[in-house]
Amino acid sequence: MKIRYFAWLRERTGTSEETIALPETVKTTGELMSWLAARDEGYAFAFEQPDTIRIAVDQEHVEADYVLSGTEEVAFFPPMTGG
Amino acid sequence: MTTSSPIDFKVRVQAEDFEVSAETDILTKDRKDIGAIVTFTGLCRDEGGMLEALELEHYPGMAEAQISKFAQQAVERWPLSGLTIIHRYGKIPPGENIVLVSATSAHRRAAFEAADFLMDFLKTQAPFWKKEHLKDVSNGTWVEAKALDDADAARWTLPKSK
Repeated sequence: MKIRYFAWLRERTGTSEETIALPETVKTTGELMSWLAARDEGYAFAFEQPDTIRIAVDQEHVEADYVLSGTEEVAFFPPMTGG
Repeated sequence: MTTSSPIDFKVRVQAEDFEVSAETDILTKDRKDIGAIVTFTGLCRDEGGMLEALELEHYPGMAEAQISKFAQQAVERWPLSGLTIIHRYGKIPPGENIVLVSATSAHRRAAFEAADFLMDFLKTQAPFWKKEHLKDVSNGTWVEAKALDDADAARWTLPKSK
C-alpha cells in the first residue's frame, strides 16, 4: 500500500511517499495513523494531533474510521488552504 | 477535463500563470445567449510588503479530481452556460494570479452563486496547501486553515431557499 504525506506531514515524517506492508492488526485509517506514529520521533511529531489530520483513500476524502480494504493509496495531510 | 452533462466545464491545475481576459473570451466567443459572466481571481498579496512568495503544494490527480467533482455539482445545481476553473501550484510571487473561477449564465444569480460556491469548496476541500515565504526569514510557514472558510462552505449544504 502506498502512503503519501503532504505539507507539514511530509516535512515532519521526512517522506513524501512510501510503500508499506499493512500489518494485520491495522484495520482503519485511524489505526494506521497510530501505527505510523509509533515508528520514530518524526512520525510521532507528524501524528501527534490525529484529530486535525485529513485523510484521503485512493484520492477521496475519508474519516479515521474508514476500513482499509482493497486500498491502493492513503494520503495524510493538514486541513487544506487552497483558493 | 470535460464532461457532457449538463454542460462542459474546464478544470486546469498548472504551474504557469494564466490570462483572465483570454479565459473569459473563450467562454463568451461566438455566443449570444450569455447574459452574465462572473469571474473571481484570487491573487497573491504581499502582506504589507512582508511576503517574498507563496508556495503552493498540491496532491496531483486528487486536486484535479476534487475540483472537477465540485464543478460537476455546480453545473448540476445552477443553469450555467460555461465554467472555467484554474488553480496554480508552485512558487507564486505577490501580484500574480493563484486561482480563477469564471462562470457564465443567462442571468446573473446563477453565475454569482456558482462562483461563490466553487471558491468556498476550493478553499476547504481541494488538496492544496499554502506556505508563506517572508522576506528576511529563511524558513517558510504553513498557512493555517481558517474556521471561517469551513463555515462559508457549510452555507451551501443548508436547505436551498428559493
